[in-house]
Order: sequence, then structure tokens, then C-alpha cells
Amino acid sequence: MYKGQSGMWSWLLHRVAGLGILLFLLVHIVDISLLNFGPTVYDEGIALFGTAIVRLISLALIAAVLYHAFNGVRIILIDFWPKAVRFQAAMFAIVLVVTIVCFLPMAYFVIGPVFGWPTGNMPAGM
Amino acid sequence: MRISTGYGPRPASGTGFETFSWYFMRWSALGLIFLVIIHLLLNHVTTDVSCTSYELIAARYTNPFWRLYDWLLLTLALLHGMNGLRVVIDDYVRSRSWRLVLQSSVGALTLIFFMLGTITLITFQPNPSILPGLPKCL
Repeated sequence: MYKGQSGMWSWLLHRVAGLGILLFLLVHIVDISLLNFGPTVYDEGIALFGTAIVRLISLALIAAVLYHAFNGVRIILIDFWPKAVRFQAAMFAIVLVVTIVCFLPMAYFVIGPVFGWPTGNMPAGM
Repeated sequence: MRISTGYGPRPASGTGFETFSWYFMRWSALGLIFLVIIHLLLNHVTTDVSCTSYELIAARYTNPFWRLYDWLLLTLALLHGMNGLRVVIDDYVRSRSWRLVLQSSVGALTLIFFMLGTITLITFQPNPSILPGLPKCL
């Protein structure tokens, strides 16, 4: 059918990204439920998100979310505007570019603290 | 038998569950794009994730808007994600008994995680000894 072409890769990436995001969502619902165990327990859980390893995982999550979101828009366009299927390959290229363009600045803020880069999102005295 | 229409062309007509599911994935997606990206910006960019401490959540949840925002995010993301998982299982699992086991588990997990998240959002009352403490970074 379209084995090996952009259609297959966009579909496969969409599916893998979606499943990865779902796995994180289930973990996230559990870590937020720690709120009702009080500040000590909750903050211990959240502190894990500040470690270098979990920041790397967060980068993967953000990339997956951005790709899945923008490729989802591409799917919706193809579904509701039949002529769009002619531009599906070009739209896939746009999806990849927009994903990378949005990912890079967000990645700077997420990974910055590991290297001591200035991010300005940790207010002094907080 | 008609199976798995979470992907593929727009259903021509119909009022069945699969048609509803097909439209739900797309309408929920439009909401989720904004809800999720704003959520990521707020908790990873404008505020570092290490500063999303108990104190910050306590302050944020004094405004019911954020509880509603997070509940919408929870509900749409969980239903969209679990419905996606249902479609994936539908695609790959051929055995009748395994399909029954897995799809029932998806249903049960959806219910359990929806309840866990909803109960957390509704019942959370900040420990009074914490307030009015300033949010701190961990």
C-alpha cells in the first residue's frame, strides 16, 4: 500500500507517540493523587521531575505531544477537506518542521537547569 | 463485522458507537491541543517543573477555574488516550478471548483512573499549616 512512504511513518509515529503519552498520563494521574497525602509526600514525588533523567523523559514527552498534536491537525484536515489528501506529504513535512520549531525553545527551559543555563522560571526566594 | 474505525475515512453516516468514537477523537483533539500545550507551558516553561510544589498547587487551586481546567484536561485526555488504546488493541489482537480480557481491562482502567483523578481534584484541601506560605522550588 504505502509501505515505507511518509504516510506509513506519520501513522506509526502518531500511534507510538499516542501510546507513550497515555502511559505518562496514567503515571501523572497517580503522582497528582499524592496531593491528598500532604506536602511532604507530594513534594518528594514532584522532586523526581527535577532530576536529569526525568527531565530527559520530559523532553521525549514534549516532543511526542507536539508531534501528535500537529499531526492530529493534519489528519483532521485530510478527513474534513478531501482535497487535502493531495498535500498530505507536504503537510507531513510542515508538521515535522513546526514540531521541531516549537520543541527547541521548550527543550531549552526543560533541560536548562541541568546545565545551569539561565531560564528565569525559578523566581528568587521561592 | 465492522471493527476499528478510529482511523480511516470519515464515516458516511451512522449513529453507532464507532461513528461516535470517530468524531469524539477529532473534537476532543481540538480541545486537547490548547489544554495540553498551555498546561506544558505553565508547568515546564513559565514555571520550572521543580517549582510546581504543594504550595504552588495549593495557591493555584484556591481558584476553581484551575480545578475545572485540570478536570477537563483529565477527562478529555484519558478518554481520548484510552479510546486510542482500544483502537490499537482492536487492530492487533485477533483472539476473541484476549480481546475480551484486554478491552474489559481498558474499560476498568479508564474508570479507575478517572475516579482517582476526579476525587483528587475535588477533595484536595490544602493543609492549613502550609498557607499562606510562599510557593517554593524543590
